[in-house]
Amino acid sequence: MSQVHEVTPGGPPEASGSRDLKISRLTKEYATFTAVKSLDLVVPQGQFFALLGPSGCGKTTTLRMVAGLETPTSGTIELGDTEITFAKPYKRPVNTVFQNYALFPHLDIAKNVAFGLERRGVKDTKKQVADMLELVELTSQAHKKPTQLSGGQQQRVALARALINKPEVLLLDEPLGALDLKLRRGMQLELKRIQTEVGLTFVHVTHDQEEAMTMADTVAVMNHGVIEQMGAPIELYENPRTTFVANFLGQSNLLAGEIEGREGDQVKVRVQGAVASVPGDRAHSDSGKGWLGIRPEKVLIAEAGQPIDAPGDVIEGGHVTDVSFVGVSTQYSVRMPWGQELMVFEQNTGARAMLPVGTAVDISWRPEFAFLLDASQDAKAGIEED
Amino acid sequence: MTTARRWIGDHLVLGLGILVLAYTFVPIAIVVLMSFNDSSKSRNVYKFQEFTLENWLHPGQWADGMGSSVWLSIQIAFCATLVATILGTLAAFALTRHRFAGRSAANVIIFLPMASPEIVMGSSLLSLFVAAGFGGSLGFVTILIAHVMFCLSFVIVTVKARLSGLNDNLEQAAMDLYATEAQTFWRVTFPLVLPGIIGAALLSFSLSFDDFIITNLNAGQSVTFPMFVYGANQRGVPMEVNVIGTAMFVISIAIVLGNEVVRRRQAKTLAG
Amino acid sequence: MAALDDVVAPKAKRKLTGYWLILPGAVWLLIFFVVPFYSLVASSLFDPKGSPLTGYDMTFHFQNFWDAIDKYKGQIWRSLWYAGVATLLCLVVGYVLAYAIAFKAGRWKNLMLVLVIAPFFTSFLLRTLSWQLILSDDGWVTSLARSTHFIDLLQVVGLVDGDRLLATQFAVIAGLTYNFLPFMVLPLYASLEKVDPRLIEAAGDLYASPMRGFFKVTFPLSLPGVVAGTLLTFIPAAGDYVNATLLGNTNTRMVGNSIQSLFTSQGDYAAAGALSVILMVIIVAAVMLYVRTAGTEDLV
Repeated sequence: MSQVHEVTPGGPPEASGSRDLKISRLTKEYATFTAVKSLDLVVPQGQFFALLGPSGCGKTTTLRMVAGLETPTSGTIELGDTEITFAKPYKRPVNTVFQNYALFPHLDIAKNVAFGLERRGVKDTKKQVADMLELVELTSQAHKKPTQLSGGQQQRVALARALINKPEVLLLDEPLGALDLKLRRGMQLELKRIQTEVGLTFVHVTHDQEEAMTMADTVAVMNHGVIEQMGAPIELYENPRTTFVANFLGQSNLLAGEIEGREGDQVKVRVQGAVASVPGDRAHSDSGKGWLGIRPEKVLIAEAGQPIDAPGDVIEGGHVTDVSFVGVSTQYSVRMPWGQELMVFEQNTGARAMLPVGTAVDISWRPEFAFLLDASQDAKAGIEED
Repeated sequence: MTTARRWIGDHLVLGLGILVLAYTFVPIAIVVLMSFNDSSKSRNVYKFQEFTLENWLHPGQWADGMGSSVWLSIQIAFCATLVATILGTLAAFALTRHRFAGRSAANVIIFLPMASPEIVMGSSLLSLFVAAGFGGSLGFVTILIAHVMFCLSFVIVTVKARLSGLNDNLEQAAMDLYATEAQTFWRVTFPLVLPGIIGAALLSFSLSFDDFIITNLNAGQSVTFPMFVYGANQRGVPMEVNVIGTAMFVISIAIVLGNEVVRRRQAKTLAG
Repeated sequence: MAALDDVVAPKAKRKLTGYWLILPGAVWLLIFFVVPFYSLVASSLFDPKGSPLTGYDMTFHFQNFWDAIDKYKGQIWRSLWYAGVATLLCLVVGYVLAYAIAFKAGRWKNLMLVLVIAPFFTSFLLRTLSWQLILSDDGWVTSLARSTHFIDLLQVVGLVDGDRLLATQFAVIAGLTYNFLPFMVLPLYASLEKVDPRLIEAAGDLYASPMRGFFKVTFPLSLPGVVAGTLLTFIPAAGDYVNATLLGNTNTRMVGNSIQSLFTSQGDYAAAGALSVILMVIIVAAVMLYVRTAGTEDLV
């Protein structure tokens, strides 16, 4: 079963180039399980594309099939109108930045970077190597061996080594995984900058949703071998179509409800006695039961009886069971009368002091931020386990 | 606990270990020492008589048959090393990188020669040669065959260890960077496995040169260096044999230490 | 770990590379290691009345085995006994060294490992000959043993008979222990190296004294190495005869001596073959019994 979703262009609209990466019905089956199930995907030329999902979802396998390091069981991979499904890795205009960098330990940095050019028969690689090292700011390290460099430096060498070949598609397999937080943030911006500068198609595989949303023009969320939803980061985040996406990107409150029906461009849902409304284009289920979703940061909270700023749908009767001060925001756990605990994130604007545990509260959200999901989906899908 | 007692306690095991190590070197020291021994005075007693450089400086005056036995041992060791290293490296690649049926059976057969008693291996080979009709022509070839046989296991194990320690991403990265399978092998895999292959070759040469029991049974009329020494034991061992022993030791140590230095440098780069 | 076979379109031809690569080595071992055992067993069933010159008749002469056991049972027993004692000594001495290298050597680890292997590179025979010097009658080791009455102790135990250290059982065992030490140390080291030192710390944290920590944690975890080392030492030692010849006397002949002379000077292939097979069977039986009790099936 394939899930085909419209790609909502995130960046400035560009003419669909002739060298898009097109994956059709790509499948990879192993003896005991199927890693990738009939995947359909189009990555327009020049985009920064992220393939996001938990470990084991098949994203790395997909990437390796595009690189030629795994053989698909069925399906096709095309670059423009050239089919590369079974072409050997060294015959594809595609390069990879590996997760553990895979730098050649017996060659120095300059030779590592020049490797691809030399294999293609380029005679004088000096200038190109020098330019590339300058791009990643490693000119002074040219004659060192890989382990004499730090993790961040090795990562940049791996990038330079791939980029120098000007591939039509650059594949990045969780390249920032081994770096510490600050370094990772810096590299994320670097990668985005370089991609914009050179204009190549980047396909970045990661399990870090913040990373994907920060860097990519388009994100595809993968789960168990299929794509759950694909689009611009903001589209995925604000309007998730499955519980997996709702929980995997950020966090969501999902309330069980009965769908009452459409009223114009709104869908009415009965939740715990009250009736909430969801805009038509954010309702992904038509009848029967549904999950009414609202992001914690969109939920407003106030002490019971106190006025809420710009209220929308209001639910009374909750009380605070946990308060976490996270610096930027305060995260509340609120137990509602029907037993469910909802999460509320409030930015620490300083306008009001933190509400202590036990406080009776009312919560509210504006209906245009709610979304409606199919009740048959698992409400726990996508929640990262500790 | 006083500081002294604590220091002893902490370092007791290490001290004992170093003692054991020293103990293993005592006979070596004696070999070196005896190579400078003048053996003309007493042949039947293995004892240090008088210092001399004669043994080292005048190989022409070595006991009869010793020179030719050394030469034979070197020739056999060289050929055996060549064959065993090539065959063993190929096999190590097969075991580490490729799939085939009977892999576990292969592993057992490879391990067994390292654990079998030499007398049994020598006996069985001899009975094979005799049964095949070569009983009368034992010599260089039969010795060579035997040596390759037991060196193979050591080569395979050594190269396998090196090969399986390699990050296999490196080969994939090479192919991703436009290297064909052949180019990947010669430019990435081979340079990285080479230290292991060299180590295996050295080990092989040592084992072959030094082998006695299996060789003794399958040599026919030929005399290798260990056979010469053993035979000389009855009449009185000439001291110049220790020159060979010392030379072997010094050369091997130099090569091993050199290889170790190179390996250390590469090991640092592999940890990435 | 993806095998190279995975890359590129799956064609059946690809899969044969493994077979081609291992073929020469496998064939060599098959012909010159496996097949010879059949020849050996066959020769042990020859009619002993033949000779290398006149040829042998295969008469399934099982009597060869009984004759061999009868004639050489002393030597068989002696070989197992010497090898056993030597292995035990190797275990004790070797364990100390292996432990020191694995846990106490720090950055000298690799150097010490090289030093363990280093003596290997001198001729085995010359090393053993050196023991003739060390244990010689007027050497200081023998003098020391006499003056401390260590020789008397050995005499009581039956390891020497007289006041010499050379040409005695003691010398043979000492030689065996010395020569096979690296075979014990290396597997022990490999096994000890894998023991996480934090486990020992955890034991200490849970009130175990260093000794208890060793016996309850370290030693059991090193058992695979102990098994491997013991086998790699005992098996070759049982078949050795060089130590017995160079350091012993006519009463210390081991099975290897006999097999050797039966083949060469006596030309009795039937008896030699029978004796070899007997040795092999005993060793295999002992190994299997040992491995079963020690509980480690995994050696390779």
